Amino acid sequence: MNGKIVGMLTARFATAVLTLLFVAIVVFAITSLLPGDVAQQILGQSATPEAVAGLRTKLGLDRPPSERFLLWLAGLAQGNFGRSLVNDLPVSQLIAGRLGNSLMLAAITSCVSVPVALLLGIGTAMRPGSWLDRIVGIGVVFVVSVPEFLIATLAVLAFAVKLRWLPALAQAPQFHDIGGLLRSFAMPIITLSCVIVAQMTRMTRAAVMDALEAPYVEMARLKGAGPIRIVLMHALPNAVGPIANAIALSLSYLLGGVIIVETIFNYPGIAKLMVDGVSTRDLPVVQACALIFCAGYLLLVMLADAAAILSSPRLRHQ
Amino acid sequence: MSKEKPASFDLLSAAERHRVLHALERGASRRDILGMLGMLGLAGTFGTSLVAGASKALADTPKQGGRIRVAGISSSTSDTLDPAKQSLSTDYVRCSMFYSGLTMLDEHLAPQLALAASIESDKATVWTIKLRKDVLFHDGKPLTSADVVYSLTRHMDPAVGSKAKALAAQMTEIKATGPLEVTIRLASPNADLPVVLGTFHFLIIKDGTTDFSTAVGTGPFKCKEFTPGVRSIGVRNEHYWRGEGPYLDEVEFIGIADNSARVNALLSGDVDLINSIDPRSSQQILDTKGFELFETNAGNYTDLIMRQDSAPGNNPDFALGMKYLLNRVQIKRAVFRGFATVANDQPVPPSNRYYAADIPQRVYDPEKAKFHLQKAGVLGSTLPLVCSTAASSSVDMAVVLQQSAKEAGLTIDVKQVPADGYWSNYWLKSPFVFGNINPRPTADILLSLLFASDAAWNESAWKHENFDQLLVAARGESDEAKRKQMYHDMQVMISETSGIGIPVFISNLDAHSSRLKGLRPMGTGGLMGYGFAEYVWLDT
Repeated sequence: MNGKIVGMLTARFATAVLTLLFVAIVVFAITSLLPGDVAQQILGQSATPEAVAGLRTKLGLDRPPSERFLLWLAGLAQGNFGRSLVNDLPVSQLIAGRLGNSLMLAAITSCVSVPVALLLGIGTAMRPGSWLDRIVGIGVVFVVSVPEFLIATLAVLAFAVKLRWLPALAQAPQFHDIGGLLRSFAMPIITLSCVIVAQMTRMTRAAVMDALEAPYVEMARLKGAGPIRIVLMHALPNAVGPIANAIALSLSYLLGGVIIVETIFNYPGIAKLMVDGVSTRDLPVVQACALIFCAGYLLLVMLADAAAILSSPRLRHQ
Repeated sequence: MSKEKPASFDLLSAAERHRVLHALERGASRRDILGMLGMLGLAGTFGTSLVAGASKALADTPKQGGRIRVAGISSSTSDTLDPAKQSLSTDYVRCSMFYSGLTMLDEHLAPQLALAASIESDKATVWTIKLRKDVLFHDGKPLTSADVVYSLTRHMDPAVGSKAKALAAQMTEIKATGPLEVTIRLASPNADLPVVLGTFHFLIIKDGTTDFSTAVGTGPFKCKEFTPGVRSIGVRNEHYWRGEGPYLDEVEFIGIADNSARVNALLSGDVDLINSIDPRSSQQILDTKGFELFETNAGNYTDLIMRQDSAPGNNPDFALGMKYLLNRVQIKRAVFRGFATVANDQPVPPSNRYYAADIPQRVYDPEKAKFHLQKAGVLGSTLPLVCSTAASSSVDMAVVLQQSAKEAGLTIDVKQVPADGYWSNYWLKSPFVFGNINPRPTADILLSLLFASDAAWNESAWKHENFDQLLVAARGESDEAKRKQMYHDMQVMISETSGIGIPVFISNLDAHSSRLKGLRPMGTGGLMGYGFAEYVWLDT
């Protein structure tokens, strides 16, 4: 079994490097296709041809695209993400703080949402058709269909503007004070949890219900096992695969897909950095962010697969 | 609407106001003050309200201390501390906190001395600037002429990417003629140089500065933190050269791009002052106790552009017809909720001293519009009109225009395009499109930048030889009456023959909590011309 995991990891790692390279090429090509370049964006309305040409020379944009891409790749190989074209700061410096912020928000949100989603998913799977199942089912569909900017805006209106319990912005996490940290994170977490809890609950419920219909569960029931034991010992281990994949997808969304929440709560995360990068055509920033998202996604999916193999009795004993 | 002091007191310049306040403090009577005003040449007409205003202002003596958080309209990695690269209002706020200029512009856009102790000129061509003594940069280095020469010269270098390159190009020679003296030679006479030097891009930085990850200037606040796209924090500069202010200990400046998030942040008490709110949010602010609106009309406008170098704008009747189709009153009411001033298809706003008030106001007239559009041969056809959220409120204005056009028998196809890339791909390119122009400090800059035949931003490709000659003549003219007449004639030419329609001048609406005091409208833009940090104070 160890050999299997190691083999899988090696193969995955090789694919991951190729995938990242492919993503880098595609992102570079697509960003180059966008109308206007960074020199025009920096100069905005004052982009006279002469000024644009001067700035392009300074930024090295007058070189052919292939040469720029290879230079960037060579830098990356040495662990250098390059410098932002717009403000000349090292990309690693721009990303460092924001990646930390994004990871912290993602970590706290998953600590809240994963247990909730698992509990709801398993609970409803155990009693399909019960009042709990119906309420959760309706609630989940409702929450998934309401766009998150609406949830966020309504939450701000209610808790920040009217009741004044929570701050409307989450931009200054207070590290020295756990209460302050929770207060400033409360609303982004509520908003994000609404979306991902719903997805994970649905997936968990479906996976556990599938497993509960399997012959070995019937066998266990005939053996006289209680309902809790059946779910936890027999059904769940076989359902971990799809559940882990659902969780991985949700968490990778937390890393890069939370631009709306970052905008509404003015939270300095990495998704907003990438959007800024795209709108100013700041290629080094866009590339670095894209690679981070891609790497994060690949890592999460790999972890999910490993978890599926390790937990599944059938795969484990092969 | 949030102006607390009567306008008449505001009309005085800073120095005059200081004298009046000082006299009142010493116990001067109303009669004494009126006498003083006589000396100032501001006799009787508004003396009484002035005394009342000044007394109220005195009761509101600024208090020291406190910290505020302010939210501007955006925040991204392109935030900058480089005065030459400033492009958004948020950059102006930041740089005005940390740097000072040679001059600063007052509420009438007249230049007041700042880092310069005197500015003299020989025929408006050779200018001698003497610097204040004892001005210190935030790191303790004294200000010298080398800093000024460096700060002004770098705009010429294309690699700097300065937004003021075109404006700086008139300075053909900038040299230090003493440790505290700089001489500037202009390519041609320009009586407005002291105003130009008071604009945002010409703030003074330290000689040799190339790293703008922090700011070392001579401004009222020192840079404690600058994280592009996140926040800037300024702490009070105890050695500020002006002697008076700043009053606050610390100012944190952030950007919240979303209008309703910005308003919510104010109403929930997370921030104390916000810039540029949508007129639709004005009622929400007015309805909430403890918050006030702060309106500034500095002459920002969104204009309808009919380019004269392509069809259909190459027929002058088309532009004229479209100008008659602009329902200015409706645009003011429906699009801006009344927070705007009706304009007359020329760019000089009423607050400018060269504003031509006597040009007959062009009004919405579907009949005249039909006549001209008929002559231009466009009736019955469909014209695409390009608009975008990049040009503020242009989408709403396009829809209003579409309705008016329908009544005249012209079909307008409103094409909304993304804000991203609007300025490089549509503005100055599409034949029938909206633009948005920020106010400029002088009539000369405004007209040279946007209406001279060879101007890079000549929005409607309007060519007018007489106008170009007048523009140059007015720039070097020192006789005020003659100059005013010249600017008057230029405004008439633009209003009658250029290819742009300006329906209204748009007010900027800021909002703040009532405990924040000291805000006064300034001609350079919202948030007191973005220089609020130095003047505001907290009433505890």
